[in-house]
This record gives sequence, C-alpha cells and structure tokens, in this order.
Amino acid sequence: MSIQSNRLTEKDFIANFSDIHPPYEQDEGALIEASRCINCYDAPCTKSCPTSIDVPLFIKQITTGNVKGSAKTILTSNIMGAGCSKVCPVEKLCEGACVFNLMEEEPINIAKLQRYSTEKAISNNWKLFDRKKNTGKKVAVVGAGPAGLSCAHALSREGIDVTIFEKEEKSGGLMTYGVAAYKVTPEFCKDEVDYILSIGGIDVQYKKELGKNISLEELDKNYDAVFLAIGVGIARSLNIPGEELDGVIDAISFIYDLRTNDYSKISVGDHVAVIGMGMTAIDAATQSKRLGAKEVTMIYRRTENEKPCTQVELDLAKLDGCTFIWLASPKEIIGENGKVKKLVCNKIMLGEPDASGRRAPVDTGETFTIDVDMVIKAAGQIPFEKIVNTSSLQNKAGKIMIDKNNATNLKGVFAGGDAVNGGKEVVDAVQAGKMGAKGILEYLGL
Amino acid sequence: MANLESVFLGIKSPNPFWLASAPPTDKKINVLRAYEAGWGGVVWKTLGTQVKNVSSRYSSLNYNGTKTIGFNNIELISDRPLELNLREIKEVLRLFPDRAMIVSLMADNDRKSWHEMVKKAEDTGAHGLELNFGCPHGMVERGMGAAVGQDPEIAKMVVEWVMEVATIPVITKLTPNVHSAVPGALAAIEGGTNGLSLINTIQSVTGIDLDTLVPNPNVGGKSVFGGYCGPAVKPIALKMLTTLSQDEKIRNVPISGIGGISTWKDAAEFMLLGASNVQVCTAAMISGFKIITDLCDGLNNWMDDKGYKNINDFIGLSVPKIIKWEELDINFHIVAKIDPAKCINCGLCYIACEDTSHQAIAIKQGHPYNTYTIKEEECVGCNLCKIVCPVNDCITMEEQRKGDEYLNWIEYEKRGLPLNDH
Repeated sequence: MSIQSNRLTEKDFIANFSDIHPPYEQDEGALIEASRCINCYDAPCTKSCPTSIDVPLFIKQITTGNVKGSAKTILTSNIMGAGCSKVCPVEKLCEGACVFNLMEEEPINIAKLQRYSTEKAISNNWKLFDRKKNTGKKVAVVGAGPAGLSCAHALSREGIDVTIFEKEEKSGGLMTYGVAAYKVTPEFCKDEVDYILSIGGIDVQYKKELGKNISLEELDKNYDAVFLAIGVGIARSLNIPGEELDGVIDAISFIYDLRTNDYSKISVGDHVAVIGMGMTAIDAATQSKRLGAKEVTMIYRRTENEKPCTQVELDLAKLDGCTFIWLASPKEIIGENGKVKKLVCNKIMLGEPDASGRRAPVDTGETFTIDVDMVIKAAGQIPFEKIVNTSSLQNKAGKIMIDKNNATNLKGVFAGGDAVNGGKEVVDAVQAGKMGAKGILEYLGL
Repeated sequence: MANLESVFLGIKSPNPFWLASAPPTDKKINVLRAYEAGWGGVVWKTLGTQVKNVSSRYSSLNYNGTKTIGFNNIELISDRPLELNLREIKEVLRLFPDRAMIVSLMADNDRKSWHEMVKKAEDTGAHGLELNFGCPHGMVERGMGAAVGQDPEIAKMVVEWVMEVATIPVITKLTPNVHSAVPGALAAIEGGTNGLSLINTIQSVTGIDLDTLVPNPNVGGKSVFGGYCGPAVKPIALKMLTTLSQDEKIRNVPISGIGGISTWKDAAEFMLLGASNVQVCTAAMISGFKIITDLCDGLNNWMDDKGYKNINDFIGLSVPKIIKWEELDINFHIVAKIDPAKCINCGLCYIACEDTSHQAIAIKQGHPYNTYTIKEEECVGCNLCKIVCPVNDCITMEEQRKGDEYLNWIEYEKRGLPLNDH
C-alpha cells in the first residue's frame, strides 16, 4: 500500500473529471423542458432559492426565445447563476420545491435550464448590466469568492469603484478552489469570473491577504466602506493520535491541490478513508476514486438518515464505488515509519437529539480497525478566528457578527458569506454579498 | 364492438373517416397507402384547369413548445394533369371498391366547363362529387373557390349547373370566410345540392419571421394570406356546423364535418353537433395515415362505453344542447372546490382568479408552499380556476343553485329582479 500520483492515463483523467451534468446539446432540449414548466404563482422554487431567482420568469423567457432576458433574470438575482447551476444542491432548494414533486413527477430541471441561459450569456459575452454614473465612492472588498464578487458587482452597478483584495492567484473562492472539478472546471470558473468583472469598475488585487500584507485599519482609512468576505478555510482537526502522520491530509487542501495542479500530479493512497459526510467529504471521496484510489471508505458518526450531504451527492459517491461505514468515529491513526497504516474507529450509537435536532452520536466503547494508507479529514471547516481576533470585530468563535444591515460593530465595515455563517452554499454567499452591498449603499447614502 | 360503418348520401364506407381534399389525396400512391392504413374514404384533391404551385407552401403556428397547433397553406387545386388524375382515380376505385371515393371539383366559372368536369369525374366511377366553393387563396382571384362560396347567388347558380348533369351525389363544400355559413348553405340547397361539407380553410397570417420581417410562408420574400386549419380552427368549425344543424331548412341535409379534427374525440364532437361523417387533413399531413388506427379504435371504445351501436345513434345529440343565451337558467349556480389532497400549491388558480376579476380565492402564505382555498361567496362559477389547474379533478365545480325553478333572463328582467350592487 502506498500513496502515489499518476495512477491513471491522461485519457482516464479527462473522462473521470469531465462535466457530470452535461448541458443541453441543442436548443430544442431546453425548449421542451422549459415548456413543461407550469410557471407557478409565488413559486415554491423561487422561494426556496436563497437569492430568490424568478425561476418561472426565466423559464418562460426560454420558451419565448428571449434567452438574453432569461439570463438577465437569473443574473440580476444571482450574478454567479452560471456556477450555481452546477454546484447548488438543487434537490434541496429549487428543484426540491418544484410542485411536480407533489404529483410524483420529475421536477423541472431548473439547474440545467439555468445553465443553458447563463452559459449563453457568458459565451456570447452579453452586456446585460450597465454601471450608473460614477459616484466618486470607493469600497474595499476582502475576498474574491462568491460573496465578495457578488457584493463588488452590485456596488459597481451603482457607480462605485471597488477594489477586491484576494489572497490567492485567482478569483472565485471555493468555486475555484474548493469544489469537485467534475462540477466546475477551472476554465469555467475563469470564464465566469471574467464575465462578472467585465462590468468594469472592479479592480482585483491578488496575493493580498488580510493580516499579512493588508490591514483592516488601512482599508478603513483609504475606502468609504469595507466588505469582509474572507470565508472559512481551516479544516477542523480530529484531535486524535496519529493526525500528524504522513498520509493524513485535510479535504480542503486536497481539493485545493487538485484544482491547482494537473490531475496526474495529485497523490492518493490505495485505500483512502474519508472522515465526514458533508459535500466536501463527498467531493474528496469521489475525486480520490477518480484519481485512481483502489478503495475509498467514507466514515460518518451518524446514520444515512442524518447525513449532511444530499441524496444526490451520496448516490454520486456510491456510483463511484466508495464504501460507507456508518455509526463510526475515528479514534486513532496508527502509523509505521511515520506513514499511515491503520485507522481505529469507535463504534457509535445514536442517543437523544442534540442542539442540531439530530440524534447525538454516543460512543459504545467498542472499536474496529481498518487498513488504510491515507486519511482525508472532512469534518467541517472553522473560521479564520485569528485574523478576526486581531481586530476588534465582534465575533462568535471566529464567525463575524453582523446586524440586520449586514454591518459589523466597526463603522463602515460590513461582512457576509461563510465568514459570517460559518460555511454554507455558494448561493448563500452570493445572497450575502448582495445584502452587504445593499447595506453599504444605505450607509453611503446612495 | 360498435359498428363504425357509415352511409353518407348512400355512399358506404367502413368508418366515418374520410381524408379531405388536399395534398394527401392528390395521387394514386398516396390514396392507396391511405386505404391500406384503413381510411374509410377520400375526397380526391380538387380537379380543375391545371395550375402551377409555388414554393414554399405551408406555415404553422406553434405555442408554448407545442408545434403546429395551427397550420396554413397557399397551395392551389391539383397541379397534376387532369387526365392523369382521372386515370388514377379509376385505378384506385378498382383496387379498393369498398371505400368511398369522392372527387372534388372546381371548374372554370361557366356552365359548359362545369358540365364537362362533372361528366369526366363521373366517368371514373367515383361515388360522389364535392364542389370546392371554399378555397380561400389563389383561385379566388380567378373568380373561383371562396369567391363562389361567398356569394350565395353565384353558389346557387353553379350548383344548378352541376345538378343539371350529375347522376351521383353532390356535396357542396362551404367557405368559413363569411360572417355566417347559413346563406351559402341555403343557396346550395336551393340549387339542388344533395349534401354539404364544412369548413374549408380560414384566411390567415400565421406569423412573421422577425429577422426578415416576411410573413409566413415566405415565397421569395413575399407572402399571401393562407388557408388556416389544424386543431386551432376546431372551435370555429364546430360553431359553423351547429348553425347549419340548427337551421330548419338545412338540418335534414347530410353534412360532412371538417376543421381541425385530429382525434376520435374531435370526430365524436363534430358528429354530436350534426355531422354525418368527418373529413381529416392536417392531422394526417402532420402525423401520417396511421392516425386512422386510433381514430377508429378510440371512437369504437367510446361508443361501446356509451352503448352506441351505430354512429347514427349519437349523430346530432348535442345540437339541442346549444341554445340562445337568454334561454339559459340564471338560477343555475356552481362554485369551485379545491381538493387539498390533490392540490400541488402552484397558485395558478389564485393568480388567474385574482387578475381576471373575481378575487374569489384566498391565499395563505407558507414556505415554500402557499395554501389556496375558495371564497365561496365571491365565486361566480366561471370555471377559470379549473381550466388553469394542472391537476385533473383537483378543482371541481359544485352545484349550488340560487333557486329551485328554471329562470331565464327574459323572465328575470320581466320580474325586475335585482342586479349586482358591487
């Protein structure tokens, strides 16, 4: 057993990481699907979308041949509507709420239709938004992820000049660095970001990290307002013996490497254990398998009923041949010559419901051991508590606190996205960016 | 098994479905294939002085993802040599003696031409003739087709010419491009016609290409009014048919119903409103001759379900059910009822009622599903909610009479009963 890169051929890598939700190949496909939509009033799909996209309208616009209008309907509510059409867990949002579900019919394929319109907008570079006359105001946004981009775009439309400070080399945040490559390709992420920035008035400065080469005081002084969209990023540690062994990696770093290197350069073990059952855990497990790992075992302390990922995601891992151990929690990682050799787990049973409303995992005292050579930790992410604490920002365990106007306790400093909510969907971050922009506009008296 | 056999003016066919005079009936190869598929009869595409057709010829109306809810054409009568048509008719008759063969005619507008045309058509052994007084394009400009049908005097005269020499049944096909089909029908009857058929196509513009700005169909950058047909014209055809069925002087003359018939249900409706048989064209053009299988099968099953043994058992049964507005019962009142077990919370009923007029549906906000209920006291029983509801039988209209007695508008007014105060 060993950890190796380059396990597959170039052809296999391309096949394994190609788009799992291919778009409509012809307009007719979109037209037929769009025509199924009954265009509900006060539509449940719209109400289930964190950005409140007017789904019946954009679908109707596809049927009337007004694809440009359709794209504008989507992007007005959600400037990352193209990316969201690929990464949103639609089965628990818009498509999950589609009234067709109540007739035991297939819901409208909203995501695919949204992709149809928005990709046309991006590939044709449709100019859907104008900037208002320059207001002379300047706003600094920290973080070029979904929340930051959404806020910057909304502000730019209102005639504000925005500077985004981004610690990485590319924009897009988790969309670019933290999502499975078969959901959004690096090329797509770049195209989407370029399209968002094409409105103008947004200057992105890369390799600028808060607390390292920029400071909040500096931004506060030089800009009329600041929006903090720094996200979350630190993988929660397991706090068990052996976590320092060679072969233990966190899912965020693993996926980051995958998104920034050739697939052939990413190493995986023969037998990989993934700890956790969230979306990131699934992304790590499926991609390990797609990189050529022989066995991938996902370990979760509750049962399938309590899984945090969606059924669609779980099915994806099942179809990729991952195996699952439910009701188990890692106890110790055993090494040999400094390398991962075995994983010892506690057997768990479910107790009374906890604060989350789900039944709490309780240790039975029994253990079991599996042979593994790699352990990927995907037990959640924690906020950048240190950065937050170097300022006098009010926070809760590193999660920045905001009021109803999306303002922090510091005058002129606003925040939103994962840095505030602790880590939710891309679509939630986009909405947070929009709301942040709204708060800033009011603050600036615009 | 019900008996679908039809006898129209003494002309027998194994079922009441004829193919109307149109491109599918303009040559032997087509008609043989139609008969093989099971069609009861054909009306051979109109013969007359040979013409030349243009390209393109057809256009359609699509709606909300459904193609061809309406269709139009700018074809003229047969563009094949007359003698060739006549020879082929004779051959087809020999091969399928049990099927109806009607020949559609449109002669030049003089007595001699009509006499000659009738004789030539009869020489083929055909069972009947249909006079094309309905074609709305091309032939009109030459004083034929709808130009004849639109003028009762001329129509009567031409029918008289035909009847002077015809020895087989004559059907006069009426144009819908008039405010009422009744005068034309009466004129044809006075002229001696044995039967009627309607409707021919309706003058139309189906749409415009928004890139070239040329209406459809495009013939070298220009267009003309085309004859409209297909499912969209059925309601108009049914209305015109009913006006004939209700007329005392016309009702005993057999009528062949035409206009957007695509399914057995459409056919049953035409026959219920007085058509003795039906003619189909667009549906066969769009989907092929095989549609005859379900036309017959569906009609047969419906007849079995209803206990009708022969088609004559139900022809005309719905005619007395269409009356004058002032004869309707004002005391009849229905209100909508939403079945919460079937409701999918789409809100279509709510917004239709709200924006149309009555505001008779209450909304209770929910996330993500709202709940909708009928405000019975506001409901006028218009059917709109039931029409827009996507779920079968989710909304039903329940009878809640305003009074026991039958009360029509004339009586209502006479008694000075109150009108709405809001």
